[in-house]
Amino acid sequence: MTLLSVQNLRVTFETENGPVEAVRGVSFSLGRERLGIVGESGSGKTMTGRALLRLIRPPGRIEADAMIFDGQDLMQASERQMRGLRGRRIAMVMQDPKFSLNPVMTVGAQLTEGLRQRDRLGWDDARKRALAALEAVQIRDADRVMAAYPHELSGGMGQRVMIAMMLIPEPDLLIADEPTSALDVTVQAEVLSILDGLVRDRGMGLIFISHDLRLVARFCDRVLVMYKGRVVEELAAADLMAARHPYTRGLLNCLPRIGGARGPLPGLDRSGDWAE
Amino acid sequence: MAGLRVWLMDPNPTSRRQARLGQFWLGWLRLRRNPLAVSGLVIVGLLLVVAAFAPVIAPHDPLAQDLSRRLLPPGTPGNLLGTDDFGRDILSRIITGSRITLYIVGLVAVTAPFLGLLIGTVSGYFGGWTDAVLMRITDIFLAFPRLILALALVAVLGPGIENAVLAIALTAWPPYARVARAETLTVRNSDYIAAVRLQGAGVPRIILGHVVPTCLPSVIIRVTLDMAGVILIAAGLGFLGLGVQPPLPEWGLMISSGRKYLFEQWWVSTMPGLAIFIVSLGFNLLGDGLRDVLDPKSAPK
Amino acid sequence: MTDISQPGPPSRVAAIARRIATEGATLVVTLLGLLLMTFLIGRVVPIDPVLSIVGERATAEQYDAVRLALGLDEPLWKQFAIYVGDALQGDLGQSIRTREPVLEEIARYFPATLELATLATLFGVLVGVPAGVLAATRPGTLADQVVRVVGLMGYSMPVFWLGLIGLLVFYGMLGWVGGPGRLDSAYQMLFEFEVTQYTGMILIDTALNGRWDMFANAFSHIVLPAGLLGYVSMAYISRMTRSFMMNELGQEYITTARVKGMPEWRVVWVHAMRNVLVPLITVIALSYAYLLEGSVLTETIFAWPGLGSYITNALFAADMPAVLGGTVVVGAVFVALNMLSDILYRVVDPRAR
Repeated sequence: MTLLSVQNLRVTFETENGPVEAVRGVSFSLGRERLGIVGESGSGKTMTGRALLRLIRPPGRIEADAMIFDGQDLMQASERQMRGLRGRRIAMVMQDPKFSLNPVMTVGAQLTEGLRQRDRLGWDDARKRALAALEAVQIRDADRVMAAYPHELSGGMGQRVMIAMMLIPEPDLLIADEPTSALDVTVQAEVLSILDGLVRDRGMGLIFISHDLRLVARFCDRVLVMYKGRVVEELAAADLMAARHPYTRGLLNCLPRIGGARGPLPGLDRSGDWAE
Repeated sequence: MAGLRVWLMDPNPTSRRQARLGQFWLGWLRLRRNPLAVSGLVIVGLLLVVAAFAPVIAPHDPLAQDLSRRLLPPGTPGNLLGTDDFGRDILSRIITGSRITLYIVGLVAVTAPFLGLLIGTVSGYFGGWTDAVLMRITDIFLAFPRLILALALVAVLGPGIENAVLAIALTAWPPYARVARAETLTVRNSDYIAAVRLQGAGVPRIILGHVVPTCLPSVIIRVTLDMAGVILIAAGLGFLGLGVQPPLPEWGLMISSGRKYLFEQWWVSTMPGLAIFIVSLGFNLLGDGLRDVLDPKSAPK
Repeated sequence: MTDISQPGPPSRVAAIARRIATEGATLVVTLLGLLLMTFLIGRVVPIDPVLSIVGERATAEQYDAVRLALGLDEPLWKQFAIYVGDALQGDLGQSIRTREPVLEEIARYFPATLELATLATLFGVLVGVPAGVLAATRPGTLADQVVRVVGLMGYSMPVFWLGLIGLLVFYGMLGWVGGPGRLDSAYQMLFEFEVTQYTGMILIDTALNGRWDMFANAFSHIVLPAGLLGYVSMAYISRMTRSFMMNELGQEYITTARVKGMPEWRVVWVHAMRNVLVPLITVIALSYAYLLEGSVLTETIFAWPGLGSYITNALFAADMPAVLGGTVVVGAVFVALNMLSDILYRVVDPRAR
């Protein structure tokens, strides 16, 4: 069953030196599965994720032939309809909790905000749901975390709060934009396994955006490889190591291997006609 | 001409001068696209032209009294903006007054940033006790309301144009010191300063030759933005009779001399006020545009 | 597993104590500097303080007696110490014109200035903040340009000239407002005798006394100067609000709020505004302080019996103790407002606590 289907998505930014295309005609579809999007910085993967939520602000512009989520074309939806979808049906976890949590509001206020404003829940019910959500991301002293401000949390803790916040309304689709890149390596694995468990249990679709090829290969069912705003290759995660496209191969060759040759890692060869 | 533009826009400049001029050119292109900044530039340019050619442009002697032609309204043949209570031509007085305004602005623009730069760079470069003492002094000056301090200083020094300039300059330097100190702190421990020091350069040479130039751009932006404020304070002092003395045609003084006739002969006060307003608006528009060019972060998208 | 950083109570208390100590020291040094500066200005001024008290025709004995009484035979540092000691006890010297203690006089004049500046700041905040937000949420549009130009005009306007034009148009030509002064002269006496003065601020005192006729008259007098000063304050506040708001709206937590499906008004006025408030408080305090100062010229125009008028009149009468006393008070108010904004800053920003 297709949850989301995107055809020919383009994101353009008007700048002083003319328009710049960040995403140039991306098409894909997604069921209740995990789709990885990999690419270097500037490849348009983050912009693709935000375009799905129609969260590109002017001077940016979104165009697509179709962007159908659960039978509804997001391109045709009014801003009001989009607000109804955001949070409730499609959620997003961003890279760094240091910046993605409001620094002057308590964690509790931010967790319960959606429930109270969107779902009109009372204070007590909202608080109960928030505490449950914090426990679901394995935060034990949930009461204290609720009263804390974001700067009082560590990175891993902050990202768990973020995940809890986004999963409270049980969305159908979660976009995770480099959810572990800003975290310490040791914490990364923990946060990932929490995210993994929740997505699996609730059977939601996941778009996992990352620059980390191995992580994506391990964590996702299918992978899109993006370069300069285009999808250059799409393949099953299991086949990633056997990718044929020269760019993907190039990326794979850049990865050091334990026990591999100790010579300098090769650079990327960008001479093919895919790289214009 | 086209060759020059290509040379300026060259993404790979071959000399430092080319790179710097290219930057100026890009900045100018960006400034030119901002209509508000261009109008500011035009106003400031006009002020300079008018001040330079004041005796030629002014239709009358700004000091010549003619009591038979007192308080004539604007539009009177020969007196475009009317005459004041001594029958002097207001337009000529405003034109000549532009020289006084420019004189005050120019003197403050040279002295206050100089003092501020000196204190700021010394404070930032030496750090420690020097820094603590100098910054405390700066804070004390900042804690004083500017106009009132200027008033008190003029009270000590006596009224007059030079004393007004001195009083304004003495109240205007602390922000520059702050800016210069912040810039100095960022470069103080940089490698190129260390390199100069290792070559045996003395402290004065390091500060004047290497630290001060780094601070200049941010100080210059502040100066442009501050000029409007200086014009207003100078006019305020003139208005209170503590700045430029009669019969000189200083704009603030002219407003104050027209106060008696406000309700019947409104133009005597209104016209010089308009001149102050337009000129300080010009400086503000220009400064605002310059900041957008040099600090793109704060520019409107 | 807890990774909330939680400094133990003793270190936290010590940190707060240390901060209060350093801030207190800074405050004391600044105030001392303020006094030193006015003291020095008072000594170099070419007016003989003894002569201005005893008059031209005093005998040498009288002159010397006053000189001794003023402590002018002491060394300079001792004179300064006495000056500071007196100032700490609320003695800023005696006005030469009226022979009254300067501080008492200032206490009588200050409420008028406070009333004016407060009303103007209120206006500046109530108009300036929404205008700045409007401009920041629609950058580049006509609304943005209008706010920007109106703001720059406020920056460029000589306040005293604006006051004259205001009087000319709204009082002289249209007759919409009361003229100079705080009340019509008919009400002036009534106010002195029939109204219990709790605060010295006419709007508050007349309201507390239930004299609404007088309140309306006072309002018609204050609305023009307060509106004009408010315009200047609005110019500053709207520009700063715009730039702070633009900065916050570019932050990632704003995206988070939008992802949560929050309506735009909530994103701007709750999420962004709470963060804008942090630097905005300093700006508002600063603009309030500048209004207290900017009133020097406005009060002259509107014959407003406030601190600004007091200082300028004293200046023209060569009444140095009054000028310097007034300067010290304004400086102290400046410092106090700075401290207040520091405290509020801490309340609003949890990171600064």
